[in-house]
Amino acid sequence: MTPAATDRALMELNGLTKAYPGVVANSDVSFNLKAGEVHALLGENGAGKSTLVKTIYGLVKPDSGTMTLDGAPFAPAEPRAARAAGIAMVFQHFSLFEALDVAENVALGMENPPPLRDLAQRIKEVSETYGLPLDPSRIVGDLSAGERQRVEIIRCLLQYPKVLIMDEPTSVLTPQEVDILFDTLRKLRDEGTAILYISHKLEEIRALCDDATVLRLGKVVGTCDPRDTSARAMAEMMVGGTLHVPERDSAAAGDVLMKINGLSVSSPTEFGSALKDITLDIRGGVVLGIGGVAGNGQDELLGALSGEIRAPKGQIFHGADDIGHLPPDARRGLGICAAPEERMGHAAAPDMSLTENAALTGRKRKALTKNGFLNWRKTRDFAEEIIERFDVRTPGAGNAARSLSGGNLQKFVIGREILQDPQILIVNQPTWGVDASAAAAIRQALLDLAAKGAAVIVISQDLDELMEISDEFAALNEGRLTKPRPARGLTVDEIGLMLGGAHDMEVAHVG
Amino acid sequence: MDFGSINPILLLASLMVAATPILLAAIGELVVERAGVLNLGVEGMMIVGSVLGFVAAIGTGNAWVGFGVAAVAGAGLALMFGILTQYLLTNQVASGLALTLFGLGLAALLGQGYLGTKAPSFPDLHIPVLGDIPVIGPIVFQHDPMVYIGLAIVAGVWWFLNKTRGGLVLRAVGENHEAAHALGYHVIRTRLLAIMFGGACAGLGGAYLSIVRVPTYAEGLTAGAGWIALAIVVFASWKPGRLLIGAYLFGGVTVLQLNLQAAGVAIPVEYLSMSPYIATILVLVIMSAGSAPGSLGKTFHASR
Repeated sequence: MTPAATDRALMELNGLTKAYPGVVANSDVSFNLKAGEVHALLGENGAGKSTLVKTIYGLVKPDSGTMTLDGAPFAPAEPRAARAAGIAMVFQHFSLFEALDVAENVALGMENPPPLRDLAQRIKEVSETYGLPLDPSRIVGDLSAGERQRVEIIRCLLQYPKVLIMDEPTSVLTPQEVDILFDTLRKLRDEGTAILYISHKLEEIRALCDDATVLRLGKVVGTCDPRDTSARAMAEMMVGGTLHVPERDSAAAGDVLMKINGLSVSSPTEFGSALKDITLDIRGGVVLGIGGVAGNGQDELLGALSGEIRAPKGQIFHGADDIGHLPPDARRGLGICAAPEERMGHAAAPDMSLTENAALTGRKRKALTKNGFLNWRKTRDFAEEIIERFDVRTPGAGNAARSLSGGNLQKFVIGREILQDPQILIVNQPTWGVDASAAAAIRQALLDLAAKGAAVIVISQDLDELMEISDEFAALNEGRLTKPRPARGLTVDEIGLMLGGAHDMEVAHVG
Repeated sequence: MDFGSINPILLLASLMVAATPILLAAIGELVVERAGVLNLGVEGMMIVGSVLGFVAAIGTGNAWVGFGVAAVAGAGLALMFGILTQYLLTNQVASGLALTLFGLGLAALLGQGYLGTKAPSFPDLHIPVLGDIPVIGPIVFQHDPMVYIGLAIVAGVWWFLNKTRGGLVLRAVGENHEAAHALGYHVIRTRLLAIMFGGACAGLGGAYLSIVRVPTYAEGLTAGAGWIALAIVVFASWKPGRLLIGAYLFGGVTVLQLNLQAAGVAIPVEYLSMSPYIATILVLVIMSAGSAPGSLGKTFHASR
């Protein structure tokens, strides 16, 4: 129940339609947005959510349909017009300028910014009012993901928006940053701002939103009250069918495939966490979930296991062999494959075709080269096999990796590694930004791989995900790894203790 | 060897004149690069400016008309580059190199009948009071107006980039063109304006060479000044203040080595001729700390 909510519609969307060559992004979309409510916009990747919010923000012109704001017709020709009318938007991929400072970034998102000195003062005031501390003179390139988002939010708040659009705001945030964000959003809602909220995380939507509209293939397929609809029911509305929940036969733990013995490496990046004295037995048939707040050594752990970061002698063993010095390609040859968190530019080369991307890691294990020459036919067949088996939605293997949506590219990247039949697979944030049904498919594929006897290491910040698929659970905290424990039967309190000390997380307060 | 023939006051005074063409071309390119565009056609725009400016100055007998025509010609060539790279999405490096080659050829053709002709006079200002200060007066305050216009443009660019809304938008476009587009700024329009400004400045720099510095027309007059300007922009970390230091340093060492040559120093001429380039690069490398604009040289298309 929200006190400020009224029945009056602040914004009405009537029959919005937008077609792109070959695809109808929005088809006859209508719904109302009330003042003082948080309204969720749900849908799978490609359901048309982004097109719809871009229409409201003036970045896309609808082919037909109308909008009203405060009862008056509203048809912004460009984002400036939308901002002037009281629409503000926080983008999924931050629209920030890394080389500029916070105040300059804020000024760029405002219509009539005051002189920079006054602006700095106002940024301080607003950031304190809403509990989002931020120093206006810092360079954005030095800020964490959570702080960057604060810059975007404060940029919006300074314009006192009537409608605030948030596109996947929590995908890069730590749990405590999510809590801060939600407090801010509730405060705004109580002040009468209408918030249009896009997220794949259905539990968050249940906790935050007052109303929800579900899109599928560009059409509105339903509405619900997220406070008393289950996450599963919402996911099924999005998918338009029953949701497949990953399931597995619990296989007996197999032999130790890889042994980590006191692994300590420094981080290759300036702000990374060094790994400290990590000891771990990696067994076949076991899914090991590694939780922890971002920036506690996740990237470094993946890098050290995959070979991107070389380890000192005597710390990583494959069977009886010390493999700490082997680079990724050699480790892939041994059956150690990895899928890093960042898809564009790390897991895949954005401007290369899917076929070429398939060759990049599959070359050795799929024997795609002979005498130094690539067998393109075989490579294309491999890429097409990934596309078919993992339901990657793309016109063909010749398309650039960049043209795929995040979820589709993630399916391709994970599929590429799984189809190489690895003995050990390490993945970081396998379902980050991926919609519910694709996430379920990826998790199922990981479980199937483990059921065939491979060792799977899943590094994730999504505890629900880890609890769903892990056999064993360990937590990474400031570069140290806890001893793995059986995941079944672990309580939230116990997990909190394992993550404990990790930046005063709420769950760590166990009596 | 006769060091006595080198007059330090005259040396310092000619430093400002020697640096001006490079300063003009470089400050224009700095703006272009801060907007995220790499235009390697500076040399071509300079030399076309030098020819057309010279022809116009001879035809009218007025050096100011020459500078005006040179600026328009430079901006026109730059606009061609802008249309190619911004609308037709051609590669900026290749288009810039083509522009240089095109400019060199065009200049050779247009300058045919003017080889060896002398430019109309462009008298030095003698700024009252300031110009009468001993030592400093002749060094700083007794030059032709273009020297001061060049300095004013540098100051103006600094002010524009750091103190105005337009400058902030331009830097934003150069830093991350996709984000700037998402916020509703006109990436292509901003870039075209920057490119044309850069062309006008390069044209002015070229005309300064042919009308004031030389001041006759000869083929290949710019002799790589455009490339030096490009290098100075990079080594100055895209900052106007450092760019001024770099240009003056280059001008200073150029003048010094010419004087040393005239004085008959026992260093081979080739080494002396190299010295301005080496000195400028060394000093600016030691100073350089900034990073390039994030979108520099990348093609922007609204659909991506």
